[in-house]
Amino acid sequence: MYSVGHSEERKDGVAKVRGTARYVDDMTFPGMLHARTIRSTIACGEVLAVRHALEEQGFTVVTARDIPGENVIALIADDQPCLADGVVRHAEEPLLIVAHPQRAALWQARVDVEYHARAPLLDAERSSTIFKEVQIDKGDPGRGFAAADVVVEGEYRTSWQEQLYIEPNGVIAVPENGGVTIHGSLQCPYYVHAALCRVLGLAGGKVRVVQAVTGGGFGGKEEYPSMIAAHAALAALKSGRPVKLVYDRMEDMAATTKRHPAVVRHRTGVTWDGRITAMDIDVLMDAGAYTTLSPVVISRGALHATGPYRCDHVHVRGRAVMTNTPPNGAFRGFGAPQTEFAAEAHMDRIAERLAIDPLTLRERNAWRPGDTTATGQTLGADCSALDVLCEAALRTDFQGKWRRNRGSGRGIGLSLFFHGAGFTGAGEERLASRAALELTAFGARIHVSSTELGQGAHTVLPQIVAETLRVPYEYIEIAPVDTAGVPDSGPTVASRTSMIVGGILQRCAEEMRDRLGSLSPEEYLELHGPLVITKEYERPPGSVWDEEHYRGDAYGTYTFGCNVVELEVDPVTYEARPRRLTAVLDFGKALNPALAKGQIEGGSVQGLGYALLEEVVHKEGRMANNQLANYAIPTTLDVPPLDVVILETPYRHGPFGAKGLVEAPIDGPAPAVINALRNAGYDLRSLPATPEKIMEARCGST
Amino acid sequence: MSEERGFSRRKFLQGVGAGALAAGAMPDLARGAEAPEDAPDLAGPGPVPVTLDVNGVRTTIEVEPRVTLLDALRSRLDITGAKKVCDHGACGACTVLLDGRPVYACSMLAIAAQGKKIETVESLAPGGELNAVQQAFVAHDGLQCGFCTSGFVLASEALLRQNPRPSHEEVLEALSGNLCRCGSYQGIKKASGAAPGGG
Repeated sequence: MYSVGHSEERKDGVAKVRGTARYVDDMTFPGMLHARTIRSTIACGEVLAVRHALEEQGFTVVTARDIPGENVIALIADDQPCLADGVVRHAEEPLLIVAHPQRAALWQARVDVEYHARAPLLDAERSSTIFKEVQIDKGDPGRGFAAADVVVEGEYRTSWQEQLYIEPNGVIAVPENGGVTIHGSLQCPYYVHAALCRVLGLAGGKVRVVQAVTGGGFGGKEEYPSMIAAHAALAALKSGRPVKLVYDRMEDMAATTKRHPAVVRHRTGVTWDGRITAMDIDVLMDAGAYTTLSPVVISRGALHATGPYRCDHVHVRGRAVMTNTPPNGAFRGFGAPQTEFAAEAHMDRIAERLAIDPLTLRERNAWRPGDTTATGQTLGADCSALDVLCEAALRTDFQGKWRRNRGSGRGIGLSLFFHGAGFTGAGEERLASRAALELTAFGARIHVSSTELGQGAHTVLPQIVAETLRVPYEYIEIAPVDTAGVPDSGPTVASRTSMIVGGILQRCAEEMRDRLGSLSPEEYLELHGPLVITKEYERPPGSVWDEEHYRGDAYGTYTFGCNVVELEVDPVTYEARPRRLTAVLDFGKALNPALAKGQIEGGSVQGLGYALLEEVVHKEGRMANNQLANYAIPTTLDVPPLDVVILETPYRHGPFGAKGLVEAPIDGPAPAVINALRNAGYDLRSLPATPEKIMEARCGST
Repeated sequence: MSEERGFSRRKFLQGVGAGALAAGAMPDLARGAEAPEDAPDLAGPGPVPVTLDVNGVRTTIEVEPRVTLLDALRSRLDITGAKKVCDHGACGACTVLLDGRPVYACSMLAIAAQGKKIETVESLAPGGELNAVQQAFVAHDGLQCGFCTSGFVLASEALLRQNPRPSHEEVLEALSGNLCRCGSYQGIKKASGAAPGGG
């Protein structure tokens, strides 16, 4: 192999360790203004009056009336305004943008807003406004429950989680060529492009979006940068000057999207020998005030709600409902961490009821190749749920420890999980992503809108091309992500970049290799002139999806994983201290093993934070702990030794067998922690497992 | 999850009074719409000359006394390796070395850094050749998005200068004041242990 399978050094590494990588807030433009967002301080009501004297003080002020196009951040439902115009539906909703040459002056901008406040709706379970409802039906649950010896019910709850990319959101908008250019910290340049065209009323050619070096996203820079870019662009067009809009940490935490809180109810029929005969699952997600991406989040959540288990009779109902809180949105996992937490916590309660161990129950029900999912998708030869389960159990002596620990204050817990790679259903066909490969004197230059966020996209995509062209990795370049220069290879989300965009590039490189024949790149260019090969996504043959009935191939394929968490509970403080986390993941092929390991470790750390530490506290619809001092994320001292094992069962439609990777690792840690706590003697059914909750769980059981 | 960490952070915050106070005032300022009529004028005393010795170069700038070392570096000297993330002394992304000791540049005023030798990440590879710690971070993939990286590199550099063969626990403790949301801690720990001088 030339490059694939090797731990090549990341192309962005040197600039990052030298401190020379230029992120948005490191950039300035001549005559640049700094902007700030004036936000609603109430969660629901009307704006009666806005008073200020800012223009006289040298500020540029942008209101909804300054919007030349439509007052909307275009996404799925187009219900979210760019700037609130009279009506406020959540706290921190943007009202005005103010801009000034001096950054420090922004904090002296005084705006008095008079509201007519209404009682906000903050409880999703009392909401009657449904943004999206999905139903999945398989077989006849009535028959399935009739065949059961036991029915186990349970309710599981998860709360918000903040993405907390270390670099806060930010963009710079520069008026250029009768339009605007955005330099931004963002995942999806063409999402921003589409949203700006609508809000500014500009043709596509007048809007240009360039990704700056981006300090993490995790989904948090999927949809929200469209909002920030629109605000900065409006101020830039009004003032005629470049405008920088960079959030501070507190604003970023309070105002931007989070992982959706969820309530998941399970009713499961099982036989005494541990076979699942029926599943009835209800998933409720709190979408917040606007639709944003919630329809797709609830869809993915519902599609992952069964866990990777065989069952002939299934009913899943999912709803995403409106509340008066800032909209929730994309976060690594995208609905699956909530529902897989519920599924896996529920599995251990079923095992407890049947008096069998958690491993045996999972072994009996885990998907095998040829089994069908809840949507009727037949799993291919790459379905390795049982392999990851057995590997993790053997490696950790799970059964032995689980028996010895029970009730001892020590616990071992297991979770088996899966993650659909790429967009749901017909999503990839609708995206019709394109990627281009340009021949250079030594190798090739990749042109894609797929962004480097730290996950390694701009290292792994060149590896796929290098391998296919049979040239060294160093000879493959990647063009700057700039909508003026690269085709739309789709958003950098949904664990799709290596598998989907990598697959398109592999086809480009195959054709380039054929065109070159025995010529070197230099010889080819001399003889035939420039060569650019552009290709579009092609659906794997035989895959079908019925959007109306949620039947068929919900995803191209699935990545499988198993986590085992070993922990101790402090008998005095009731803190759960993880001692080891084992993560066995099978994602087809580790294109770059070191980077893949980094993704598994990183997802596991975020998952441990979700399980144990991260708690968003709301007061009247506003985040009350919107700072790093009291929203705790894991540090070096909180992370136990991580034992990462990579299995490689190839997926025949993925480049070199690869499937999606980066989201799957966050699906497993939370349920493994909760199940380890159960093993230690604590019955918890909600996240995060704070010491207070662990103490109550103990009290409840004695 | 870890009491020890909580305590050490609190102690740290107590130790950086001026910066922490300035940061603590922010929640009210951040809500302009709610600012009371009698809110104090933020401008404060006018600019004063401040001489900073950064990466071996002494520069005198005029800044207001309330300006943090971080803002002075980033906005006045265009030295941007230290990042502004929390501005509260809670994340370590703004770490610089002050007479060889790692400090949070967001929690120190520029005027208080006068007369001290300030090193930022840019000083470690002046000619472009990575130093041992930087090389180890690349070799062990001790970074992903890179926004926390300069802070971790400097925290690690400071540790290894003072303690060339740190134990595993000493590495964990020395790096516990820095946050990495990508969760690259395994690579970071390996890099800090593997850099020449590391144990």
